[in-house]
Amino acid sequence: MNPEHDTPGSAHDEARRSFLKQSSLLTAMALVPGPLVQAASAELDEKVAAVFEKIPLKLEVNGIKHKLSVEPRTTLLDLLRENLNLTGTKKGCDYGQCGACTVHVDGQRVNSCLSFAVMHEGKKITTIEGLADGDKLHPMQEAFIKHDGFQCGYCTPGQIMSAVACIREGKADSEGEIREYMSGNICRCGAYSNIVAAIQEVKGGGQKV
Amino acid sequence: MNQFQYVRPTKQQAAIEAVAKDATATFIAGGTNLVDLMKRGVMTPQKLVDINRLPLTRIDADPGKLRIGALALNSTVADDKQVRARQPLLALALNAGASAQLRNMATVGGNMLQRTRCSYFYDTTMPCNKREPGTGCGALEGINRMHAIFGFSDKCIAVHPSDMSVALVALDATVQVSGPKGNRSIPFAELHRLPGDMPQKDTTLEPGELITAVDVPDGPFTKHVHYQKVRERASYAFALLSVAAALDLDSNNIIKAARLAMGGVAHKPWRLTAAEQALVGKPATEETFRQAATVAMQGAKAFKHNAYKLQLGPNTIIQALKTAASAA
Repeated sequence: MNPEHDTPGSAHDEARRSFLKQSSLLTAMALVPGPLVQAASAELDEKVAAVFEKIPLKLEVNGIKHKLSVEPRTTLLDLLRENLNLTGTKKGCDYGQCGACTVHVDGQRVNSCLSFAVMHEGKKITTIEGLADGDKLHPMQEAFIKHDGFQCGYCTPGQIMSAVACIREGKADSEGEIREYMSGNICRCGAYSNIVAAIQEVKGGGQKV
Repeated sequence: MNQFQYVRPTKQQAAIEAVAKDATATFIAGGTNLVDLMKRGVMTPQKLVDINRLPLTRIDADPGKLRIGALALNSTVADDKQVRARQPLLALALNAGASAQLRNMATVGGNMLQRTRCSYFYDTTMPCNKREPGTGCGALEGINRMHAIFGFSDKCIAVHPSDMSVALVALDATVQVSGPKGNRSIPFAELHRLPGDMPQKDTTLEPGELITAVDVPDGPFTKHVHYQKVRERASYAFALLSVAAALDLDSNNIIKAARLAMGGVAHKPWRLTAAEQALVGKPATEETFRQAATVAMQGAKAFKHNAYKLQLGPNTIIQALKTAASAA
C-alpha cells in the first residue's frame, strides 16, 4: 500500500483535517433545520459522505450484523481482516490476479481486494469462517482434506469459496469446465489436480452446497 | 492509496453533475480496474461517484435489439438466455475475459472503459504519455511484445484489453450515453479512439458523460460465430491477440454476410471491414479465409518484440473463421 498510509506525521495531519471538516459540518448541521438536512441526505446520500472522511457502513458477515465506520479507501478484504479479525480470507496479490481473497457477496463470488467496503452497504458477506456448520465442516472443506487439495494452504480459503460458488453456478459439469471456471484462483503449489478431484466429488455426491 | 471523497447518488442526473463539475471526480461501478489502478497510484481521483444505486442493470429484449444496461454484470450478460440465443458471439467474448469472480463484479459499461494493461502505463516510475502526457512512451523502444500493430502513434502503442468490446464492435452495437448536455448515441466503433497526440484520452466521451446502456441489433449471426483468444495460459490472461468472427451462410455454404474484428492489436477494438467484404459472396473455405486474412493484415506494422503478431494475426483469423463456419 501507499507509504503515506503508515506515516505518523501525515496520519496526524489527516486526523486534524478530518476533525476540522467534521466539526464544521456539525456546526452547519446544527444551524440548519432538521427536515432540510434529512431531505438533502435522502436525495443524494452524499452531503454527509462528501464531508466526513469515515462513512457509516452496515453489513452482515457470516450471519452477524455489523455497524461500522470506515474510510472509503478501505477494501472489503482489509475490512474483513483488519477490522473484523476474520483472517481466513487471504491477501495474496491484492490486485485481483490470484483469487486468494475470494468471498461471497449476496451469494456471488468476488475478489474482496478489488472492491471498497463502503460499496457493500446492506450486503451479506460469507467468508471461509462462515462456511462450516458449527463444528461440522462444509462438504467442500471435507473434500479438500480428503483429496489433499492444498500444500501450503494459503490459496485454500479462496479456492474453497470459489469451488462452492462454481458448483452453485452450475459450472462444474466436467473437468474442463471446472478448470475454466476455477481459473481465477491461482495455486503456486500446483494442487490443481487434487482441487479438481475435490470439486468433482462434491458435485458428483449431489449434496446441497 | 490516496484519500478520496465517496458519494453514492440515487439519481442519474446527480451522478452526472457530480463528475461533470469536478475534474478530479470519476464514476465507479464494479471497480475491478479502477481500484487496481488506484492502489498503484496510476489513477488518483479525489472523488468517487458510486453509480451502483442507479437503475441500469436491466437487459431488455426489445424487438430488433437487445438493450443491455451499463450496470449489468459481465456474468449476468454472458449467462442471459436472450443474449445467448440472439448474440452468442457476445456471450463467448465475455466468458473469454477475466475470471468468474471478476465477471461477477465487472459491469458492461466498465468493461468497455477499462484502461490498457500496458506495463509502462501501470508502472508510475516509467514514462507514459497516457498516464502523464508529455513524458514519452516507454514501450516504443522498450518491451513491446504485447503492443499494437495497427493505428498506433509515436506517442502511444498500447492496446485496448477488452474482449467484450471486440464482439460489440463486430456486432455494430450502439452505446447510449447521458451527460450534462443531454443524451446521445455513439456507434460502438466511435466510442474508443486512436492515440494520436492525445493518448490520455481513451474514448470520445465528454467529461461527466455516463454510459447508460449498449444496444446490440439483431442480425443473422446466431449460429456461425466464434471468439478465438490467444493467450499465454489457457484461461485468465489478457489476449496476445483475439478474433471475433461471425458468418451468415446460405445452403450452399456461400457467405452471405460476415463480421470480423480483432483485439490486442490496436488502441481500440479493431474492426476488419475490408476483410469482411473479401468474404461476402465466396464459399466458406480455408482458401477464402486465407485471402480475407491477408486483406485484414494490410498496413500492420510490428515493433521489436511483437513481430509474432504479424503471423499470429492471420492464423487466428483463419482459425476463428473455420471454427465459426463449422459451428453446429
